[in-house]
Amino acid sequence: MPKKPFLSHGRWLPHPLMTLMLIIIWLLLVNTLSFGHIILGTLLGAAIPWFTNRFWPERPWIARPVLLFRFFFGIFLRDILVANLNVVRLILQPDISQLQPGFIAVPLDITDQMVICILASVISLTPGTVSAEVTLDRRVLIVHGLDIPDEKAAVQAIKTRYEVPLKEIFSC
Amino acid sequence: MVVVEFVVSFFLILGAFFALTGSIGLYRMTDFFSRLHGPTKSTTLGVGGMALASAVYFSFQGNGISLHEVLITLFLFITAPVSAHFMAKAARHQRMHENKAALPPGCEKKTGPHV
Repeated sequence: MPKKPFLSHGRWLPHPLMTLMLIIIWLLLVNTLSFGHIILGTLLGAAIPWFTNRFWPERPWIARPVLLFRFFFGIFLRDILVANLNVVRLILQPDISQLQPGFIAVPLDITDQMVICILASVISLTPGTVSAEVTLDRRVLIVHGLDIPDEKAAVQAIKTRYEVPLKEIFSC
Repeated sequence: MVVVEFVVSFFLILGAFFALTGSIGLYRMTDFFSRLHGPTKSTTLGVGGMALASAVYFSFQGNGISLHEVLITLFLFITAPVSAHFMAKAARHQRMHENKAALPPGCEKKTGPHV
């Protein structure tokens, strides 16, 4: 990772998005929208990223925020609903020996640590699949599926449905 | 407010149903990795449904909109995949997935609690 110019980071607000997120979380936490808490939240939102800056040596850049929203609401939440019903059907079916659980190896095109982490989390949160391991060279994600009749189709589904949009969103 | 009560009950029952199914899945599945799938379900839609019910209920209590339930879902979305990943990874390091394949068919259930 090449070192970026000193000031382009924004020295006082190293992570503007994180600051915004922390303010929102703080206001949700206190469950009010009073002026004092907005000030306090802003102070916290400015201070915490500043203190924890060293933990985030590199960060992915959200290149397409609109796409992120579309991914979150259009694909992610919808898949949680649909796949949940699917898994409920699998769990409650009378004969569970028909299930074909197994591991699939998903070759990764993305290289950024953070984005791999997001992809693995999305895979784990959408039911039916749990990401089990990333190989040491970070090229392959090993995923356990509850019912995988066709390995190639499952790998392809994960790649086109989650990886491609994530890659576009974070432009890496 | 009858409508609010209906909405709250609907989300409560929906959440409880998915949490119950998650537990049933934990009980019924035969190997460690399949068992991981059950609890993941109850964290997403199960707790999500209950948090939504809570948000709707307290928003109509008259003390303004209550939204800190969103945080519960948010934190679960962060922690649930991490813990599932840890358990799966630990199990893979103990080579649980290979033990099962080495067994002759029909013996999977007799070899102890993990396999």
